[in-house]
Order: sequence, then C-alpha cells, then structure tokens
Amino acid sequence: MSATFDRPPVEAYEETGKRTKALNSSQIRRAQVTGVVMLLLAAAVVVLFIPNVEGVATFGLSLPSETIQLDPLEVPVQPALWLLTSALAFLGATQFYRGFQRRSTLILGISFGLFTVAMMVWATAGQEFNLESMLVATVSRCTPIALGALSGILCERSGVVNIGIEGMLLGGAFTGVVMGSLLGGWVGLLSATITGGILALLLAVLAVSFKVDQIIIGVVINILVLGLTSFLTSQLLIDNPEWNDAPIFPSIAIPLLSDIPIIGQMFFNQTIIVYGMFVLIGVVTFLLFRTRWGLRTRSVGENPRAADSLGVGVARVRYVAVIFGGMVGGFAGAWFTLGTVGRFDEGMTAGTGFIGLAAMIFGAWNPIGALGAALIFGFSESLEQKFALLDTPIPTEILAMAPYLVTIVVVAGLVGRARPPAADGVPYDKE
Amino acid sequence: MELELRGITKRFPGVLANDEVTLTARSGKVLALIGENGAGKSTLMNVLSGLYKQDAGEILIDGKVQDFRDPGDAIKAGIGMVHQHFMLVPVFSVYENVVLGVEPVHGPGVLNRKKARSEVREISERFGLAVDPDALVEDLPVGIQQRVEIIKVLLRGAKILVFDEPTAVLTPQEVEEFFGIVAELKGRGATIIFITHKLKEALAVADDITVLRGGKVMGHADPRTATPEQLASMMVGRDIDLTVDKTEATPGDDVLTLRGVHMVDDYGRALLNRIDLTVRAGEIVGVAGIQGNGQTELVEAITGLLPLAGGTVEFLGKDISKASPRQRHAAGIAHVPEDRNHMGMISSFTVSENLILDSYYQPPFSRRGVMDGDAIRESAESLVESYDVRPPLIDNTGGALSGGNAQKMIVAREFSRDVPLVICAQPTRGIDVGSIEYIHEQIIRKRDEGKAILIVSTELDEIFALSDRIVVMYDGKIVAEMTASETTPTEVGLYMAGKAA
Repeated sequence: MSATFDRPPVEAYEETGKRTKALNSSQIRRAQVTGVVMLLLAAAVVVLFIPNVEGVATFGLSLPSETIQLDPLEVPVQPALWLLTSALAFLGATQFYRGFQRRSTLILGISFGLFTVAMMVWATAGQEFNLESMLVATVSRCTPIALGALSGILCERSGVVNIGIEGMLLGGAFTGVVMGSLLGGWVGLLSATITGGILALLLAVLAVSFKVDQIIIGVVINILVLGLTSFLTSQLLIDNPEWNDAPIFPSIAIPLLSDIPIIGQMFFNQTIIVYGMFVLIGVVTFLLFRTRWGLRTRSVGENPRAADSLGVGVARVRYVAVIFGGMVGGFAGAWFTLGTVGRFDEGMTAGTGFIGLAAMIFGAWNPIGALGAALIFGFSESLEQKFALLDTPIPTEILAMAPYLVTIVVVAGLVGRARPPAADGVPYDKE
Repeated sequence: MELELRGITKRFPGVLANDEVTLTARSGKVLALIGENGAGKSTLMNVLSGLYKQDAGEILIDGKVQDFRDPGDAIKAGIGMVHQHFMLVPVFSVYENVVLGVEPVHGPGVLNRKKARSEVREISERFGLAVDPDALVEDLPVGIQQRVEIIKVLLRGAKILVFDEPTAVLTPQEVEEFFGIVAELKGRGATIIFITHKLKEALAVADDITVLRGGKVMGHADPRTATPEQLASMMVGRDIDLTVDKTEATPGDDVLTLRGVHMVDDYGRALLNRIDLTVRAGEIVGVAGIQGNGQTELVEAITGLLPLAGGTVEFLGKDISKASPRQRHAAGIAHVPEDRNHMGMISSFTVSENLILDSYYQPPFSRRGVMDGDAIRESAESLVESYDVRPPLIDNTGGALSGGNAQKMIVAREFSRDVPLVICAQPTRGIDVGSIEYIHEQIIRKRDEGKAILIVSTELDEIFALSDRIVVMYDGKIVAEMTASETTPTEVGLYMAGKAA
C-alpha cells in the first residue's frame, strides 16, 4: 500500500473554533465590569491623589555604591498625575464601550500598573524615593515566592497537589538557621533542602501510596511544621541564642554585568540563593519540557492510566517529582534565614508559600510564568516596605495587606483562568 | 504470532470476572471476542496487556508461557492494546504521545524530538495512517486519535493487536476506514483481536468469533455461517429479538418547538447554531450525530440546564425559554440524561432515594419540608417491580446496580410521571442487550400513549430502531431532517460526518 502523507483534516475542526461575532451577555458584562474597574481607578487618582499634592517627586535610579551613577528622575507631580488619569480613563472607557476582547487581561494589568505609578508619584511628592533599591528588593523578595511556585509546579505537574509549601519553607528556614549557626551557611543551605525533601517524602507516601486526600496532607504539613518549629524555638533557640545566629550569604557582584545601570544591581548583585532561583527556574523548565523525565512526569500528571499502560511507573515518577519539589521548597526556606536576617522567628514565612501557590496558578503551571508572577508579588511587597518609610497618610497596616490583595485578585481569576494538569490531585487507582 | 490463553481466571472482591477462559488467536487472522458489558472482555484484555495479573491460567505466545508483571512486559512480548477509552494525553502532541515510554534521547535523557517525529512519520507512511506528528491530540477528530493509538502500538513492535470496542466512537465512514486499516494490518501478518458487542461488525470483519458470557467462554462461531440472532442468544443466554416492533406513528399536536435556539461557550463560539425543531405528540424524533456536535447542549437547552444566547423554546404553546429547570420539569418534561452516573443518579444514595430525586419536595413524598418515609418506600417498591430493576432491593445504593439496572431505575423515575414530553439522551449507552430491549419497549409504549419523545443517540442502530423522524446534528447545527422510513444509515452517516451538502 503506497502511503500518502498529508495533514489530517484539522481545518474542519478550526472552523468550529472560530469566534462568532456576537458576544454573549456574560462576556459583555465581564468586559463592562473590567471597564468600570479601570474608570474607578482613574476616579481614585483624581479624588484621592491629585487635590493634595504638588511639587516634584524625585526617583533615585542608582545605589550609592554603584560605579555608574544615573541622575535621579524628577517628575512634576500634577502634570504626571493628570497624564496617568487620562490614560486610565481612556483605557477604561474604551474597554467599557468596545472591549479589548482577547487583550482585556493585558489592558487590565497595564491599568493596575498605571495606578501603581500614580500612587508612587503621589506618595513621593516633595520627597525622594530610591527606585533602584526597591527594584533590587523586588528581585530578592520574589525569590522565595518563585521557588515556592516552582516547588508546587514540580509536584502538580506530576499530579500531586502540594499546599504544604508553606510548611516546607518554614521547615527549611528553621533547620537552615540551626545547622547554619553550628556548621556554617553551606551546611545550613543543604540541611534546609533536605528538610524540604523529607517533608515532601511524607506528602508522597501519604498521597501516592496511601491515597490520602492531598489537601488534608498539605494542611497537616503546614500545621505540623508551624507547631514543631515554634516549640523548638521556645525550647531550644531562646536558651541557646548561639544556635539562632547563622551567617548570612553575602551578595556576590558579578564583574561587569553588575555595573549595568538599573538591571545590574537587580540581577547581578544578589545572594547565592537568588542566583540559585534563576538557575532552578531555567533547569526545571528544560527538564520538564525537553527531557524524557519531563515528558513522563507531565504524562503522569495529565493521564496516569495512559502512562501506566505504556510501562511508565506512575508511583515512582510521582515520588521523584514530589521529593524534588519539596527540596526546592526547603531551599526556598533558607532565603528567610540564611538569605536575609540570619535568625529564625516563629511563623516568619508569613504565608509566602501560599503566595507561591498563587504565582504557580497565575503562571499557568509554567516555571517562567511563575517567575513573572512572583516578580509582581515581590514588587508589591517591596513597594509596601518603601511606602512605610515615606511620609504617606496610608496606615502601614493597610499597606501590609497589599501583597495579599494582589493575591486575591490573581486567584479570583480576574487575570485569566489557567488550566491545571488534568490529573492534578487525583490519586491513581489501577482498578 | 499465535496467541493462546489457557484457563485464565481473574477474581475481584465478590466477582468472578474471568472463569477459565481459553481461546486462540492466529497470525494474519481477526478474532472477534463478543459479549455483553460485564461479560469479562475488558478484564481479559487487561490481563493480556499486563495491567492485571491473572489468578490462574497461562498466556502463551507461539507456544511459550509468558509472565507479565506490568504493561511493559506485555509490550515487550509483542502485545499492543488499543483501549476503548483512548490512552492519550490530550495536551500532548501526537509524537509526544507516541514515543512516551520509548523516547529517543540524546545522551542522558534529552528528548530527540527530530527522531521522535521521524519515527511517527515512518510508521504512519508504512501503514498508511496519515497523521501530523506535531498536531495536539485534543485538536484531532476521534478517528485520527485512534490512528495515533494504533501508531503507538505499532512503534512498539506489536504483532498482536487488541482493539477494545474500536468502533464505539467512530462515524460510519470512519468505521469503514478503520476496517481498511484492520485489513492492511492483517495482510502484514498481524494477529488481531477485536472486542465488540456489535454483532454486525464482528460478522463483517472477523475470521473467528468467540463468545463470552458471565466471564466464561460460551462457544465459538464461524462468521461465514452464523447469524446475528444466533450470536445474540449465545451472548445473552436466551432468545433475543433484535428488531423493535412498532407501528406507524400517528402524530398529534406540537408539544415542543424550538425556534432559532442559539447557544455559545465562554469564548463566544457557537455550540448551538440557530436550531429549529418540533416534536409532536405521539412521535419519536431521533437526534443522530457524532458525539460532541451539540446534542448535549440541545438537551440542556430544552431542560433549562444551560442558558440560551438566542431563540425560544416553546412547550405546549408557552414560551419557557426563561423558566428554571425545576419549572420546566414541573410543567411536564421528563429527562433521562446522557451521563447516567453523574447526572442521572447519586451513586451513594439508595435506590428509593434515587427514585424521588425529582419529586422529593412534593407531596406525597414530603409535607412542609419533612419527608414521608412510608410513601417513599411504597412508591419505590412498586416502581422497582414494574420497571424490572434487579435486584429489587430499594435500600441498596444506586451505585451497586449494574449499568442496565441503574438505567432502568432512572427510566422508572422519569417514565412513571405522566408528562407530555420525554427526552432520552443515550438511553442505552453501555448497557446489556436485555436491558436495551426492555428500555426500547418502554420508549415505544410511551409513544403509543401519545407522548412526544426526543431521543438522542450516537448509535445509528438505535436511532433507526426507534425513530419516526430523524434529525442529524453536525457542528451545532441541524443539517438534515428525514422521515425514518425514507432514509438509510449510509445517508444519515454522511450527514453525521458533515460530508453531505
């Protein structure tokens, strides 16, 4: 039989995929709601920010230590705010009447960005604000979030839901500081990684072998680690302060690259943990999408029965992915102690693991996407810190809510809905 | 290669799924394995493919005893399964699905995507199975997905190919193509096992036929001499009348009228495209079509489960487009849903509870929000008896019933109300021949009582057995409307494939 080889009739399918012109009512309503949100942002700028400020806002673009010093950016407050307001109002009105359809999400994101800029200009009016130091802090703060998200991605791509990331971070932070204090930073980092791996082994045994509900296991891990570390802190660390005094990893400036204005300090003068995060994001992306291991891991997360019927050991693949994920989570925990303050405080991760989960979803279970989401969350956290230092009438408690508000907005799906792995959270039963 | 099974026995808790099954499949021949659902065909094939381990018995290939500990062993021995529910990862490309488990790699494990694609191309050219290696599987029509499954087993060097209900999801034209593929494989010396409950197909394609019932081999038949009736009675264990007796319909007034019914998904794509349809009292209208062409949405538009984007649904002359599902139900629409286990019943509820799922809030079953246990039991007892639900234990959970009996329970609930319109979606999907016969009789009886009946089925045989009028759905549209006695399955099949103008 002579083989003819042509493309299968996919065209017929695409025909049905075409959008019809008429939008349904719920779509129109959604477009209008986003339009209204954007118009409200514009109104907020006019009502809250514009009336009570004037003068010039000064944004520093270099740190004092840098070799190349850029001149600070001086922004006249009133014209800048009016410009931002008109941009917001224009986008909002367009969205309301016409809708940006496919690009609505992007436009909404831009609007939030414009509003944030307006807020920064308003808060900085008549003062000085070092933008560069905030951007450096953004990258640092995004690190545990991105790593937490990566931990979740590794587990969930194989089909195991991991909401115990928070516990893995906290456990890593604790053992990291104790081992770091006693045996040095590198041993601390290694111990933190192993701690995450052990907690993940618990998750894997219960979820894969015993098919316990994965949400419950995650909650149990979080509560267990919180209780255990608090107990050990009060029993051991209070009486032995020398166990809670670890060396902090120094920032390592990469020659030449770190001298580039603005991005040099952000990306090339950070600690080993931050560099580790970037490397891991790249490595895991490669592993997941370009290797045999990744193909099998993803197949198990999507259709374990298919993988099983082809001789791929579902349980083994899940164990490996979950433990790898846990180790990434433990490594991330070290950022809190060895990467920043060198000491452990009870509950110091403060929900970062959950923000990491949000970044995972926002990033559509893709490491690069999750990094992007983590940068947004990191930005919101460091902005909050900066605002607390500026003399603004916003109470710091409200500002402290900012990262979580961003999380709610993201998770509530205002910014698009992603599709999780099909077998995510479903134990594999052979029969 | 010759495959022989000797005395294969497989037990599950409380069930003897395979009882000393012995059979032989020869090289270059097609063995059809027929039997009802629950006869043990799928269990036997899962044993053969290494997913289950038999409790007793031997698998021999070319006379050598095999020991399969996992599917990998069966694949190595040359057995390739094409499962009824495709074992594909929808979000993967064709080549990713094909090479999963036998990936060509560079060095320590980096995928060699170029080689993977060329391996797919090579098989697909050699066997005439056209498919694009880079297409996403979820974008492909079912017939092409089946080709991907076949390429998958051929790439693994399978010489014994097992097809589990391969035609269940295909259009009549795709079935023809599939038979062509089977002939091609057979010509190349492959051993083919074809599992089916469609007797005509077994007779058309097989060289040998083995019949299973209750986990046992009931006998063998020669396709050149056997008749469908003979095979059916071997399968069921009693004489079966495959034709449905019915008289000419005497349609009355319009009961249900759809005008320009339109429905779109979240992205604005048309699921239902301006549907006009009328169902009259005393007639059965059959909706034919390949699954996923809008039949589900059509039923949900009528029953009010999904909102319309346009058009009207009129019932007994009143516009009910805005009415809630409960209002429509109360107005007199009965609905046997297509997905028995997820929409038709609650598996963990008892039979008596399942029988009042639609009317628990009304007298006599409840008064002022308090349920009346005696009334519920009494009604359940009588329904279970009159609709032949076996076993007739109303306190068993619904999930404990076999597919056919669960369906009879749902039919009992919906048919026991005296309402003008009955909608049955896939009324006999995946159930035994005996129950099919029974449910078909009930549907005809409802029609003869003067009810309007709408049947949705992907089985052309069922459409032709029941319908007085046939409409064909394709891509969310009604593409043809015919009187059942004036058309043929071939013509309807062409419309189903969207190929006729």
